Amino acid sequence: MADGGVARFWREIPQRYNFIGNKCESCERIFFPPRESCPYCRRKSMGKMKESKLSGKGEIITYTIIHVSPENFEEQIPYAVAIVKLEEGPQVTAQIVDCPIDEIKIGMKVESTFRRIQEDGYTGAIYYGYKFKKTEK
Amino acid sequence: MENIGIVSYGANIPRFRIKAEDIASVWGKDGNAISKGLGIIEKSVPSIDQDTATISVEAARAALSRCNIDPQDIGAIYIGSESHPYAVKPTGTIVGDAIGATPDLMVADYEFACKAGTAAIQTCTAFVKSGMIKYGLAVGADTSQAAPGDALEYSASAGGAAFIIGKKDVIANINHTYSFTTDTPDFWRRAERKYPSHGGRFTGAPAYFKHVTNCAINCMKIAGTKPEDYDYAVFHQPNGKFPVNVAKKLGFTFDQIKQGLVVPYIGNTYSGASLVGLASVLDVVKPGDRIFLTSYGSGAGSDGFDITVTDKIKNLARKNAPTIAQMVENKEYIDYGTYAKITDLLYWE
Amino acid sequence: MRDVAVIGVGLTKFGELWDKSFRQLTAEAGSKAIIDAGIEGKDIDALYVGTMSAGRFVGQEHVGALVADTSGFSFEHIPAIRVESACASGGVAVRQGYLSIASGMNDIVVVGGIEKMNDVGGTAATGTLVTAADQEWEAFFGATFPGIYAMLATRHMHEHGTTKEQLAQVAVKNHANGALNPHAQFRREIPIETVMKATMVAYPLGLLDCSPVSDGAASIILCAADKAKEYTDNPIKIIGSGQASDSLALHARRDICTLDSTVHAAKMAYKQANITAKDIDLAEVHDCFTIAEICAIEDLGFVKKGEGGKAIDNKITTLDGSLPVNTSGGLKAKGHPVGATGVAQIVEIVQQLKGNADKRQVPDAKIGLAHNIGGSGASCTIHIMEAM
Repeated sequence: MADGGVARFWREIPQRYNFIGNKCESCERIFFPPRESCPYCRRKSMGKMKESKLSGKGEIITYTIIHVSPENFEEQIPYAVAIVKLEEGPQVTAQIVDCPIDEIKIGMKVESTFRRIQEDGYTGAIYYGYKFKKTEK
Repeated sequence: MENIGIVSYGANIPRFRIKAEDIASVWGKDGNAISKGLGIIEKSVPSIDQDTATISVEAARAALSRCNIDPQDIGAIYIGSESHPYAVKPTGTIVGDAIGATPDLMVADYEFACKAGTAAIQTCTAFVKSGMIKYGLAVGADTSQAAPGDALEYSASAGGAAFIIGKKDVIANINHTYSFTTDTPDFWRRAERKYPSHGGRFTGAPAYFKHVTNCAINCMKIAGTKPEDYDYAVFHQPNGKFPVNVAKKLGFTFDQIKQGLVVPYIGNTYSGASLVGLASVLDVVKPGDRIFLTSYGSGAGSDGFDITVTDKIKNLARKNAPTIAQMVENKEYIDYGTYAKITDLLYWE
Repeated sequence: MRDVAVIGVGLTKFGELWDKSFRQLTAEAGSKAIIDAGIEGKDIDALYVGTMSAGRFVGQEHVGALVADTSGFSFEHIPAIRVESACASGGVAVRQGYLSIASGMNDIVVVGGIEKMNDVGGTAATGTLVTAADQEWEAFFGATFPGIYAMLATRHMHEHGTTKEQLAQVAVKNHANGALNPHAQFRREIPIETVMKATMVAYPLGLLDCSPVSDGAASIILCAADKAKEYTDNPIKIIGSGQASDSLALHARRDICTLDSTVHAAKMAYKQANITAKDIDLAEVHDCFTIAEICAIEDLGFVKKGEGGKAIDNKITTLDGSLPVNTSGGLKAKGHPVGATGVAQIVEIVQQLKGNADKRQVPDAKIGLAHNIGGSGASCTIHIMEAM
């Protein structure tokens, strides 16, 4: 039976649904997920981190095909996980969907899609968020 | 009189397809005969990570991508479905956060079998008309369930469409809307049960045909129109035969309903069915085109709409999101085993 | 800062040790080390123990106190510290113990590493191992720990031309070494075809590219160098110690194919030891996956970035090569009870430098290096040792 424990994933809804990151007003770098301070400007960036929405578009820079999954992901085996470099600079780890596994390539241009990521068992909360699919021309 | 109606629209149809023949062969039935009898070639199947919420979000985002509306100006969201991901916890709030319409927002989820989406359109229209909201978002979407081996297994599919209703830059004016409703037990699903039950042939004349026909006749009476006045007609499509038959009975031609008839290729998307048909029509309309829409939801009721396309359709960036035809063609076939894995697990109790 | 030496070592067998509990394993390794060092309980100033997740594997926290207790020190009331840095827990415990002596605070400390992974099922073990990765932004989306290293491998293959066959050769080499190690979990050589055809875990890594789930414990006794000869004729001095951190998630690294934490920890250790990579005679590196060993020998400066695969082809790192790597069998064949690994690596180097490595002995081994990584490279410790 699900026993609370939802706050941790609720907090990150703006990130998982809408790629809300932030930008250091000191050096203009964009971060996703958002950070409390800029690792380059550090003290100078305190209080200067401004919310910034990323486009969800990027390209695959590496990937793997998962054949042995964690709990909650068994039905999806085999599935592709990739590191996607977003056009604004930050990189994220996410699944690649809607693409035959043997067509996934480093350099493939992708855009985000809204999907179920996992759920807390059959009685717990459902967590939605981003996966990526090939960008249609 | 000012225009009130559809300002933008979008849809989402999952990519997986399973052929009616492949389902039939598992159950030892004549696939060819069943396919022809139902007027369904294949149906859409969601992937394991898709559900009514994801379909609604993608459809709503598609609608927003075609126009310049600030999501914060959307004052209400109503999602109609028979397969909301939660029995208690609305799909509408997930969509609301995902499109950036929260927190100043009215939300509730609707259920009325296959016509929950058109009921949502009526609600949003009323809210806009009363001046209570600037824009409303109405969505009909489903990942519908069917018992294995049941007749409904050939048609119950997944998909949805979203409509933004407003007063400004209306692309399709909702001239009139009318509903015909009675308490009729043709098709239902009890709480806690995984699959629906239905009354067999009772779902025909006393259910679908009675309500669609009466609704259409009464709606046209209110609108002062005849079937010939319309360029397009969309009727709820539980299979490929009912809408063709009811159109004929009412005096509509096959040419009028052709564009909105998507069930042969994607099955019955339940709360999405007539709305995906409407979206298919909107993909091709020109200013001045008139559309007649009658949905049907078991239980039972029909919502009728008399719609006129305005000049503003030319300004809608329809190419910013895929058309129904493009989504129908964007497909990948799966076999029955994969289908069983997906559908069992989506609705596992 | 004083010099520090290793005066005793102890090791349990690594493997699926159904009969041995967490407590029994720590007591066994600890007592072997103490006896090897010839010290008595009252000589011990502090105890450092590295374990990644006793909490999730055996439901037990407060492990510092527990290990002091099971080792028989509860009446000595010594300070007992549990150290965690995922798979680098052992190495970081060693460094903490080292620093406490170097700083003058302690004279003799016991450092242990322990993991008991088989008291939970496979799925729970996998779920616990992935806590070494970024839970919110890697694991949450379906990435597994092998999956993260697999993505490193895919990129390494793309950028540097490394092949699946070269990865497989790492496993073959380490199993050949493990066959000579009485404490190893796997003591059989395996042919390369077996590695190449093994079931896929996360493309391109197959089952035999991955270190196993293991139980085991290791322990060393550290002593101020100027007192070491009171206890043993053959103390092994730690001439360099380095530690570094990096972003938790692989996707946030400067270069996907480089573990900057290794590069920086190595720089620190080489500088302190006043040597370069060329002076290393043998190394125990962190081969949690075959690709990790290839990256390690590049990042440690043994070969240039991108040439790790070529080094394997040219048999530089075999037991009889010019720079033997993982003579113990590595994590791959020796086993990888997570918290124990960092300490076990020190044990192997010490045995080699003392000439006690039996069939695995590297002739004329003078300077040895132990390299321990946490997660996909978010933490790293390196220790360089030399006989006194």
